[in-house]
Amino acid sequence: MAEVYISGKYVGTVDNAKEFIDQIKTERRLGNLPIDLNIQYDEDYDQVIIETSKGRVSRPLILVKDGKPLLTERHLQQLEKNEISWNDLVSQGIVEYLDASEEENALVAFYAEELTPEHNYLEVAPLAMVGFVTSLVPFGQHNQGVRMIQGSKNQKQAMGIYMANFHQRLDMDVHLLHYPQKPIVKTIMHDISNYEKHAAGQNLVVAIMAFEGYNIEDAIIVNKASIDRGMGRSTYYRPVFAEELRYSGGLTDKICIPDKDVSGYRSEKEYRLLEEDGIVFTEAVVKEGDVVIGKVSPPRFLSAIEDYTLGGTSRRESSVALKHGEQGIIDMVVLTETEAGNRLVAVKVREPKIPEIGDKFTSRHGQKGVIGMIYNEEDMPFTASGIKPDIIFSPHSVPSRMTVAHLIELLAGKVGALAGRYIDGTMFDSEKPEDLRKELLKLGFRDDGSEVMYDPVTGKRYLARIFVGDMYYLRLKHIVANKMHARARGPVQLLTRQPTEGKAREGGLRLGEMEKDTFVAHGASLLLKERFSSDSTVIPVCNNCGLIGIHDYRKDKVYCPVCGDKADIRFVEVSYAFKLLLDELKSLYVHPKLKLKLKY
Amino acid sequence: MTGKEKMLEKSEFKEFEKKLPKKVFETALQEFATLPKSKQKKAMELLVKQYLNSLAEPGECVGLVTAQSIGEPGTQMTLNTFHFAGVSEMNVTTGLPRLIEILDARKSISTAMMTIYLKKPYSEGKDLDVIARKLKAMHMEEFIEEISVDIASLQLRLKIKKQKLGDYDLRMDKISRILKKNFKNFDFKVDNEFIIAKPLTREDPLKQLYRLRERVKTVFVSGVKGIKYVLPVKREGEYVILTSGTNLKEVLNLEFVDGSRTRTNDILEVESILGVEAARQAIVDEVYDIIQRQGLNVDVRHILLVADTMCFNGKVQGVTRYGIVKEKPSVLARASFETPIRHFVEASVLGEIDSLNSVLENVMINQPIPIGTGLPRLVMKREEK
Repeated sequence: MAEVYISGKYVGTVDNAKEFIDQIKTERRLGNLPIDLNIQYDEDYDQVIIETSKGRVSRPLILVKDGKPLLTERHLQQLEKNEISWNDLVSQGIVEYLDASEEENALVAFYAEELTPEHNYLEVAPLAMVGFVTSLVPFGQHNQGVRMIQGSKNQKQAMGIYMANFHQRLDMDVHLLHYPQKPIVKTIMHDISNYEKHAAGQNLVVAIMAFEGYNIEDAIIVNKASIDRGMGRSTYYRPVFAEELRYSGGLTDKICIPDKDVSGYRSEKEYRLLEEDGIVFTEAVVKEGDVVIGKVSPPRFLSAIEDYTLGGTSRRESSVALKHGEQGIIDMVVLTETEAGNRLVAVKVREPKIPEIGDKFTSRHGQKGVIGMIYNEEDMPFTASGIKPDIIFSPHSVPSRMTVAHLIELLAGKVGALAGRYIDGTMFDSEKPEDLRKELLKLGFRDDGSEVMYDPVTGKRYLARIFVGDMYYLRLKHIVANKMHARARGPVQLLTRQPTEGKAREGGLRLGEMEKDTFVAHGASLLLKERFSSDSTVIPVCNNCGLIGIHDYRKDKVYCPVCGDKADIRFVEVSYAFKLLLDELKSLYVHPKLKLKLKY
Repeated sequence: MTGKEKMLEKSEFKEFEKKLPKKVFETALQEFATLPKSKQKKAMELLVKQYLNSLAEPGECVGLVTAQSIGEPGTQMTLNTFHFAGVSEMNVTTGLPRLIEILDARKSISTAMMTIYLKKPYSEGKDLDVIARKLKAMHMEEFIEEISVDIASLQLRLKIKKQKLGDYDLRMDKISRILKKNFKNFDFKVDNEFIIAKPLTREDPLKQLYRLRERVKTVFVSGVKGIKYVLPVKREGEYVILTSGTNLKEVLNLEFVDGSRTRTNDILEVESILGVEAARQAIVDEVYDIIQRQGLNVDVRHILLVADTMCFNGKVQGVTRYGIVKEKPSVLARASFETPIRHFVEASVLGEIDSLNSVLENVMINQPIPIGTGLPRLVMKREEK
């Protein structure tokens, strides 16, 4: 008597659970029950669990009967001729989708050769156990699992050609690799997904060696000549928008070159790139601060004074300019309308990004790193045949991470490049590394891929042979130039007069609570004071009542709001935040009095 | 130092006596006695120099350095908190949760336990099982084999495990006396291995019996109250009893217990029975033990400072807004810790004055902090006119 649950709800019992389950499965295979219905028999609790709910992850498996897969040669031929499709296999009950619970009762064979009469399912392909991006890692069966996950995450951030119509799109924050290449070492997934149409990397000559110390801690050394020849070059696209908004009272924004009497007028130099319509021309070279779209808006508040004094409606400057640190070339100008019917101007700015120190690169095995140094070609070590590597990768990155496939790919890439063919590195179905080594030997190289190399400075032979090969490297979208930021002086917040936060607002780098403590622990009292003096102000304090006084600059008079003119006003230097605290206390009906005392 | 060794003459080194703490000076007198005569003075001078070097300088921010020195390894502790669960002896709360518990000076701690040292000959294993039984708090529940309510004769029949009773040096009539003391409304009679309870009043006897059936289980019979579990172990050649649950006061009264070494990990219990000084030492020992067990290395002096801060008001106070933070004289310092509005409101009602003396306030008003280089002041004589 097994209990039966459907989607977690108890529905009744069955006498013979096994028979019942077989019956359900047969019905499912016949198409009388949905294919995403899964059934499990839990022997420990004597329960039959049927699941039909959403959100379960299920995967396809080939059915096996008496040790023989139901999928036959004939099916494969038909599939190749396009006579039948995958869905036909599913509806014929040759392929079945199992979820995690039904898998508990299944014995799945990895390869067809391993089938025994006990098996009831066969894996469609061993590769199917990983996702799409992970299956792009060649020789993945030799890697540690964690590295496969990290490598997959890195691949998603790689530059490439993300869409064929990129030149007429206005996407935010786009990187485009200039010379993408097909990987020499590829997997079946590269073919299936048409990877060559949107490749995201380049085949580079990589040497695994420590060199001059600039590739410690996952950094890589790059050959300057390689960069000059186009390695890792990319373009960065960023759109800028301006909309002619409508306001109440029939007022609208206007896209034009602002008049000089507009409040907040920048300077003629900053508007120089605008054409008569107030929009930059294409191929204009723009720098930070340059206005890209000129725009004027009606005043924010229709205050009475402004209306009378200036006669007409005073207008406010609201042009779109390049922000701090931005530069580029105007790639495209688009004039269109928003859904609300407002005029919309979009300008695409393009900027070439040449690899520089600090830019991030990765192989497909989670071996990411930033450029630590760019050497001139003549300063790079070379092999006996005169090959100079594009990249020097540190050997210390390998042992602890156990990315064996990284090394195999390097070897396979070398074979592929020398033999002039693509290497199949499909996970679990790859070409055998032993065979590749034999082929390399036939090609006239050492079978382990190592070569004699020479020191570029002395010309002496290195005592150790260096492992050199060819592998697929990806440039990642994290570019220093977009992230680098520093500030000495700059904008402050209105409320606290402390520096703003974040790169976009040209903010400062906060010296926080714990950092402050380090100064205190060192007893660096005056340094601490100086570091926190960003909002230092001088306030007038009434010595009678202890309240903050008023300093009238126009009349050059100081007085106290309570004690009047006769008050004894002293000037005290405090942080503006403290003055704000006093003000906020007053708003709480707490009267904070300052009792002044001479310090020395 | 064992026995009477050679010791240098105090009078010869009088000049150093004032420069060194008493204990250091006396140890030096003993140690340096082995040196050749010519080098003794030089050694003393070196000692004074070393001693002065190891002192905290005036204006050194010891409190903050302590906070950092405990806080930094503390961040590593969060990761390996529960590693000690069930490894040996008993399940004990260690690591960060225990550290927080101690520093907060919690009233009830999660695993109270005692380490009971025994006097000779008991420490050599004599009557160990008897002692263990005497310590463990036994309740009726553990002696009852079966309880049945006899509805017909309106009786409650307790079948007692006689064997076990004998182990604990108890007899049936003693049990019945204890029960009688606890339940005045019942009459208890011993009948071979049964104890039969009969209600004395006629009021709803059945209900009374059912109530009794539950309550009788929790009656305390023998041992020390609060000691839930006893575990004798051999430690460094002698037998020691570890317990779960504490009752320092009663344990110290037992004649076989070595009261000078017996200890509990309940700091507030130590305070109430042995006083603050003992509690201070208990804090130091407990915190040091936790840090050592985690494989971290923190200088004892940091822990001593924390313990001193927790105890210097004459009672153990936690490092919380109800404890030592409440004792801070500065309004701004208290307000910047937790619940600022409450502190501002209370300070304004009382008309408190903040003399802006400590670090925090001076950071707030952007003035040099009175620590390190901000501490010394230049004093000058005014020129008379």
